[in-house]
Amino acid sequence: MRRFTNINADDILETLRMIHDENLDVRTVTMGISLLDCADPDEKAACCKLYEKIVRHAENLVPVCERISTEYGIPIVNKRVAVTPVAMLLGCAPAADPVAYARALERAADTVGINFIGGYSALVHKGFSPGDVRLLNAIPQALSVTDKVCSSVNIGTTKSGINMDAVAMMGEIILDTARRTADRNCIGAAKLVVFCNAPEDNPFMAGAFHGAGEPDVVINIGVSGPGAVRSALQNNAKSLDLSGVAEVVKRTAFKITRMGQLVGEVAGKALGVPFGIVDLSLAPTPAVGDSIAEVLEAMGLESVGAYGTTAALALLNDAVKKGGVMASGTVGGLSGAFIPVSEDAGMSRAADKGVLTLEKLEAMTAVCSVGLDMIIVPGDTPAEVLSAMIADEAAIGMINAKTTAVRVIPAIGKKAGERLSFGGLLGEGPVMKVNTVSPKEFIKRGGRIPAPIQALKN
Amino acid sequence: MNAVITVIGADKVGILARISTLCADNSVNIEEVTQTILRGMFAMIMLVTLPEGITIESLAGKLTEAGKALGVNVSVTRQEIYDVTHKI
Repeated sequence: MRRFTNINADDILETLRMIHDENLDVRTVTMGISLLDCADPDEKAACCKLYEKIVRHAENLVPVCERISTEYGIPIVNKRVAVTPVAMLLGCAPAADPVAYARALERAADTVGINFIGGYSALVHKGFSPGDVRLLNAIPQALSVTDKVCSSVNIGTTKSGINMDAVAMMGEIILDTARRTADRNCIGAAKLVVFCNAPEDNPFMAGAFHGAGEPDVVINIGVSGPGAVRSALQNNAKSLDLSGVAEVVKRTAFKITRMGQLVGEVAGKALGVPFGIVDLSLAPTPAVGDSIAEVLEAMGLESVGAYGTTAALALLNDAVKKGGVMASGTVGGLSGAFIPVSEDAGMSRAADKGVLTLEKLEAMTAVCSVGLDMIIVPGDTPAEVLSAMIADEAAIGMINAKTTAVRVIPAIGKKAGERLSFGGLLGEGPVMKVNTVSPKEFIKRGGRIPAPIQALKN
Repeated sequence: MNAVITVIGADKVGILARISTLCADNSVNIEEVTQTILRGMFAMIMLVTLPEGITIESLAGKLTEAGKALGVNVSVTRQEIYDVTHKI
């Protein structure tokens, strides 16, 4: 192959192949916007202020991203906004209806043309303020009367332990949210994430919110690329041992992340907003070939869910970070491999076959981000079982000083083995079997699981 | 602005001539050209410089049209996307 003065033709064709044949894209450009200056005791005034601020900063987000996409030839799939946890605004407005804030966020999202807005959130890992409690209680209604608003609740951290009162509440809230949206495939629950160690700069929905330590406005980037990694493994790693496999993943992750870094820098400059971070997470989609499960299978597993899955995922996650961190000056967010079930055709297929179980998924979450994600469970799963599921995930996150999360969708009226389909990026999947041996008395105790010894680092 | 034009499809007479003419008509300077066979398909890559006032978007529209007439896929993107993915 002839080498150009400035550029190598092989490199150009490889980049084109990654984009056009292997679904490589920038998954999201997420603008974080602080709403701290929008707090007001008057509900209407607060909602006006937050609407105006979001629209003022994000009105050019979609056109700028579309122009970048055209100029650089890389698809930017989602344009989104993450805001300050709304519970922080409710503190000074004791008479306000929290659902009005969700409606205002929805209006702002409609005006600027984004597909999701995150931050209908509360951080309650050590306890509740009155605003937090009001927000939590409003989540089911807020998610049922809006389409674009996403909600997240942080119930634990390594530094503070786990707020088991919040854990108990979240089981009920998830069920209530699913019930209220039962006529829409229980979609409300797909827009609700329960976190331990939630990052404040995560660009991915449904868990994105704009942390209190962030700048006033910031641009964060989430990349994609499972298809590109799988293809690199199939084409270049067939005869390699696992250290060679890790090297191939690292090299591919480097290229993927560099594109994200470029898009972030260009978007920030065009919008007059500082560029925050690139989230290195490999985000799958239901598209054929764009699957984390298929990456693991390309390493030699008959199916994801087999013994060896956790080890393969650990290798993948670590190699993605090592390749990605070199490619970006400022890495942040979740930065791991996502293992959602409904959003990943390979994971969904393995769950269908019964090869991939909830127990195996839980083990996998110990070595990657983000947690039990987009998992459909029977509609009659008791709230305390959901709460206990959250507690187990939070414990894994707390002890290992990493983010974990639970986004499960109780399929109201459906039993294990039936299916639920959301369409689009949220995908579809089987209702998975849940162990319902009762944790009721444990969950009823409430209180806090104290911060672990790992928290005492000073 | 530096950009890269790629043409991928079945080889036929006149591809280079058509794309080059289109570039000339739009004052787009061709710096380098290479051609190769990619998985049995013809692939041509041109490194070009766009003058002030010509945007990638406007050029892309014309190239896509020309590509359709020739039965090949033509794309144009800024050069930086290739630089960042392959240069440290």
